[in-house]
Amino acid sequence: MFISMKPTVRFFQPHDNVSILMRTFSVLILFILTIQVSKAAELDYNLIAEPVVEGTYVFVGSTKYFSKQNGGNIVNTAYIVTNAGVVVIDTGPSYRYGKQMRDYIESTTGLSIIKVFITHHHPDHFLGNQAFNDVPIASLSGVINGIKLQGNAFTDNLYALIGDWMKETEAYIPTEVIVPGKFSIGGHEIEIIALDGHTDSDMVIYDHTTGVLFPGDLVFHNRTPAVANANIQHWLDSISKLQELNYKYMVPGHGAVISDEHAMIQTRDYLSWLHKHLQNALDRGLAMSEALTLELPASFQSLDILHEEYKRAVLQLYPDMEQNYFN
Amino acid sequence: MSINIKQRFYFKIFSSLSLIAAVNFVYAQTSVDPLDAPTWETVHKTMLFNEEVVFDERVKVVVPDVAEDPMNVPVSVRVGDIGEIEEIRVFADLNPIQKILNFYPGKIEPFIAFRFKVQQSTPVRAAARTKDGVWHVGGHWLDATGGGCTAPSVSSGLANWEDTLGDVKSRLWSRKDQPDRLRFRIMHPMDTGLASGIPAFYIELLELKDSNGDLLAHIESYQPVSENPFFSLDLESNRYQGLTLTGHDNNGNQINKVLQ
Repeated sequence: MFISMKPTVRFFQPHDNVSILMRTFSVLILFILTIQVSKAAELDYNLIAEPVVEGTYVFVGSTKYFSKQNGGNIVNTAYIVTNAGVVVIDTGPSYRYGKQMRDYIESTTGLSIIKVFITHHHPDHFLGNQAFNDVPIASLSGVINGIKLQGNAFTDNLYALIGDWMKETEAYIPTEVIVPGKFSIGGHEIEIIALDGHTDSDMVIYDHTTGVLFPGDLVFHNRTPAVANANIQHWLDSISKLQELNYKYMVPGHGAVISDEHAMIQTRDYLSWLHKHLQNALDRGLAMSEALTLELPASFQSLDILHEEYKRAVLQLYPDMEQNYFN
Repeated sequence: MSINIKQRFYFKIFSSLSLIAAVNFVYAQTSVDPLDAPTWETVHKTMLFNEEVVFDERVKVVVPDVAEDPMNVPVSVRVGDIGEIEEIRVFADLNPIQKILNFYPGKIEPFIAFRFKVQQSTPVRAAARTKDGVWHVGGHWLDATGGGCTAPSVSSGLANWEDTLGDVKSRLWSRKDQPDRLRFRIMHPMDTGLASGIPAFYIELLELKDSNGDLLAHIESYQPVSENPFFSLDLESNRYQGLTLTGHDNNGNQINKVLQ
């Protein structure tokens, strides 16, 4: 880093001549691009798991949006070490991520993976599935249908967003339909809860043995919720149901592990505000491009990528709200 | 040591950026494209027939930086205080169909907002012609991954789209210290003709008239305007009631509605 700055310092000697400046500027851009390319050549997610409780671990991703820098590692994936082997929860944004995740788990635990659960059909949560193609990959039928319908489009989109990180990634459809309810696996009492709102089908995993709750993307922590496929009213209802559970730790889909309600309240408050705010914009006669540029409340400024996700929310939700306004 | 170099580094970046901004400002007064798109010369010819242009920041084009949904990219054009505007042309340099809409604001404000379809990343521009015949051009780069223009409309796949074809719903808002806002939606597939087996089918003309039947403004729309288009216009406060909207599509289907 220190050495790499030297040439730029030399380039930025004062010049009156604009063409030299512009040439210099383009050299700088080329230089920055070269750094990006050499970074991309490594393509290592550097996954390191953090313990939640004994035997339960999480790979905490960034709270930003997909980029060629983060390779789509914007998500939390997790695993539970049981008597019978390892249970994996979500497989990350790419085949590469899935492979690196599996290598890490197998080399640190010395155990084999016996089951994979997929919380919902968004690409950052299931595109690592190929790395687990010899293990049963289980999810709710609604999640599996979502992957069948939108999996390929999501995959194309991620190729555009993160490029080489996606090499050889395909939408691999879960192999096992799971029904909601309780069952025992390797000495853990696991409950599968079917909810919705973030997507049409959101699978929540609750480990009664350890008290760890995996709510998928129904909960975001210090990160603005993504609403691409959301039904906000259903999502709020689902959060109320989660609040009734007596968990010790929660592993949100995005953001740090938490032991209290704070992340749920953040998610709930943002969603209720967003819904009212957009409805209010419509009621005032604002066009979509005007809704895009409205000021956002200071109380949400602590949520990461607020402005980006807010704009995305307008683009995703406003067209339908407009159509419904006149129906 | 490293802090000093870092500070110097940022200072120099900052000072050179301000120089570049100054250069752009000078460009804006000449005829060099501030969006620096290789397509400018072509669209200058095809969209504006090589007529006199100035790039002018007072022609404000708002589009998102990234088109989340290429079928529904919102755009608004508002022309600031540069005199009477005779015509506003909205176009996207790199769209397979560049021409999006021509708007003749006539007796209403030089403002229009609607949604359109894109196929790929492109400059989105509006050119506003003043009485002296000069086009004042504003624009913004839109980043898009594509798919909006060669995808069929949703309604062309539905059996009952003909039942609602040409239906208009609208609302007029009177607003404090601002012009009145008119919004209306017309049910129409707005097919581009680029989706396999589905011919171009789109609204060509919309005329807004007052209760005496006098023309206030008119819009010539083209294939890229989104399905079931939703237009926003601004009118002088508390002046108009009993507005009517008339027009037709490229198959001769008529639109005729007294607006609410």
